[in-house]
Amino acid sequence: MGKKGIEIGVGLFVLLGLAALLFVALKAANLASFGQADSYTVTARFDNIGGLKARAPVRAAGVVVGRITGIQLDAKTFQGVVTMEIDRSYQFPKDSSAKILTAGLLGDQYVGLEAGGEVDNLAPGATIKQTQSAVVLENLIGQFLFNQAADAGSAAAPGPKP
Amino acid sequence: MPGALFPAYPVRVLHPPLRPDPLIEIDHVTFGYDSSRTILNDVNLRFVRGQVTAVLGGSGCGKTTLLRLIGGVHPANSGRVVFDGEVVDTRDRPQLYRLRRRLGMLFQFGALFTDLSVFDNVAFPLREMTDLPEPLIHDIVLMKLNAVGLRGAAALKIAEVSGGMARRIALARAIALDPELIMYDEPFAGLDLISMGVAAKLIRTLNDVTGATSLVISHDVPQCMAIADWVVLMATGGRIVAQGTPAELMASTDPEVRQFVRGEPDGPVKFHYPARPMAEDFGLGAR
Amino acid sequence: MGRLMGRLTGFVQGIGARVLASLQGLGHAALFFVGLMAVLPQSLRRFGLVVTQVYAIGNRSLVIILASGLAVGFVLALQMYYALVTYGAAESLGLVVNLSLVRELGPVVTALLFAGRAGTSLTAEIGLMKAGEQLAAMELMAIDPRARVLAPRFIAGAISMPLLAILFSAVGILGAWVVAVGLIGIDAGNFWSIQQNKVDIWRDVGNGVVKSMAFGVICTFVALYQGYETQATPEGVAHATTRTVVISSLAVLGMDFILTALMFSTP
Repeated sequence: MGKKGIEIGVGLFVLLGLAALLFVALKAANLASFGQADSYTVTARFDNIGGLKARAPVRAAGVVVGRITGIQLDAKTFQGVVTMEIDRSYQFPKDSSAKILTAGLLGDQYVGLEAGGEVDNLAPGATIKQTQSAVVLENLIGQFLFNQAADAGSAAAPGPKP
Repeated sequence: MPGALFPAYPVRVLHPPLRPDPLIEIDHVTFGYDSSRTILNDVNLRFVRGQVTAVLGGSGCGKTTLLRLIGGVHPANSGRVVFDGEVVDTRDRPQLYRLRRRLGMLFQFGALFTDLSVFDNVAFPLREMTDLPEPLIHDIVLMKLNAVGLRGAAALKIAEVSGGMARRIALARAIALDPELIMYDEPFAGLDLISMGVAAKLIRTLNDVTGATSLVISHDVPQCMAIADWVVLMATGGRIVAQGTPAELMASTDPEVRQFVRGEPDGPVKFHYPARPMAEDFGLGAR
Repeated sequence: MGRLMGRLTGFVQGIGARVLASLQGLGHAALFFVGLMAVLPQSLRRFGLVVTQVYAIGNRSLVIILASGLAVGFVLALQMYYALVTYGAAESLGLVVNLSLVRELGPVVTALLFAGRAGTSLTAEIGLMKAGEQLAAMELMAIDPRARVLAPRFIAGAISMPLLAILFSAVGILGAWVVAVGLIGIDAGNFWSIQQNKVDIWRDVGNGVVKSMAFGVICTFVALYQGYETQATPEGVAHATTRTVVISSLAVLGMDFILTALMFSTP
């Protein structure tokens, strides 16, 4: 195999490797989905963030509009502070609400944004005032049992009839 | 003529030394790879410029080690090795490489680069050490191959050449940069008579034509006596038994020298490896 | 009693000697590595040598790497399907295979195959060059054999390994696609979109590439070192090639554990 042949062979090999890398990156990973270029930071406070993790998506109407960049505990108010980056092309009103939702039944958790009605939009660095914490299973069960007990109680002692 | 002790060579010019000082001086050198065995013991040698010096001796007497010390592969335990007035310092890599560019070594089995062709092997030192253009390198390589009689084999692969040819190619490679010192490690070992004659002729002619200094390590007495200007005889333990012109050594009365040059099986170099008395080994004790 | 003590001291001395010998070996190897690094810039300038070696090391390993990648992809898809379908999570098959390959199997299996195929050939080649005194001849020609022979092979191995590993992963994912979508009948759109959602380019793919670079350095270095230090006999070369495979494999697996713990410990 002549020198030229060897060089062509090696060139092909390297090309193949780079193509494989490109394939894995584009078709099999999330490179194509979100670029961090134009985004603005927004924070939200939750009583309970549940199973939310950093880099979880932020969705509005189910469409991914941003990513969670950081989760911290506020030592004074003992609330969870979630920092998120939202794509600059999506502007939300100041009174938008953030909820922690679950994708599917047992899936990962994400932050869902619901637009409010105000004229002014959220500024970079602003805090979302209206939040709804994640659903915690124990609280749900506790509530259910409480409701059961309340129903049993109200059945035993019938309330005033209209 | 086969059988004669001194095959006659038509060209044998003994140049008077161009300079009185020796090219290589081995000065009270002691060396051993580890502390248990000393291979060279307080050896003193001088190699005169422009001459062919043969170092003879049985296996294990330190001849190849001598070459390695001159090439700076190992540092001497004590004493100095002086190459053209400079003490060889193995820790000084730039100096070492500078000195090594002035010598060429022929290894026992050629040590050719098996992944290159014959041409590329001889061209290797030229391509690595010089910036000469390819056409010039092409001409030089063919000239060197011609000097050893293998110009027609330039395109062959190393796997395709015979042992004798391999050594000649290695010789062409060793002289590619026209070195001042050419060292030959057992150039005659394992060759048929014709190839031996060729090798001897090449060594002698190269030395005379280029004015280089040649150092031949061998245990082949007839060939060395035929081509050498000066012969050094070493014995096991790294000591020098005798040195002199070939004629002097052949006529010597020293028993060690006589045993070696005549090839007598028993003498100062014993036939039997040291062993217990026979009675002990065969269980013949006093009853 | 005296003899027992004598035996005991002999035993302890033996252990001590072996520990010292291992330490010395390790130190020797480390110095060899440093020496190799020192001549790397020189060899990078003669890139033609590196290219020739990339051909010998990388291109020649393509067949086995691609074949193994395909096979592993097929098998992973089949095996994972049986496990996932019981939880109704068969749609995640692509994701599971992708993460297994890109994070772990790609780098590790490629490294093990590389050690066996390219590592042994490197060891044998260098060992035989040493046995044939080619390296000594080069040294006496004032050419540093480390720069001329060893460093180009090292660079070539370090370049080839990451390429081979990502090829392994890519072909494995394609193999899984063939089995999952073609054979089993999972929805093709879901197959790719779940992967695109969940596989992170930096954390998963990037870490996998970093791993394969580390493995490339390890395998190539071990192969070169064993070849360089081998005894110049047939048995010596045989032992050296065995040692190359064993030491490379153990080092790769150990390094894999360390790197995985470093990279993937936090979800």
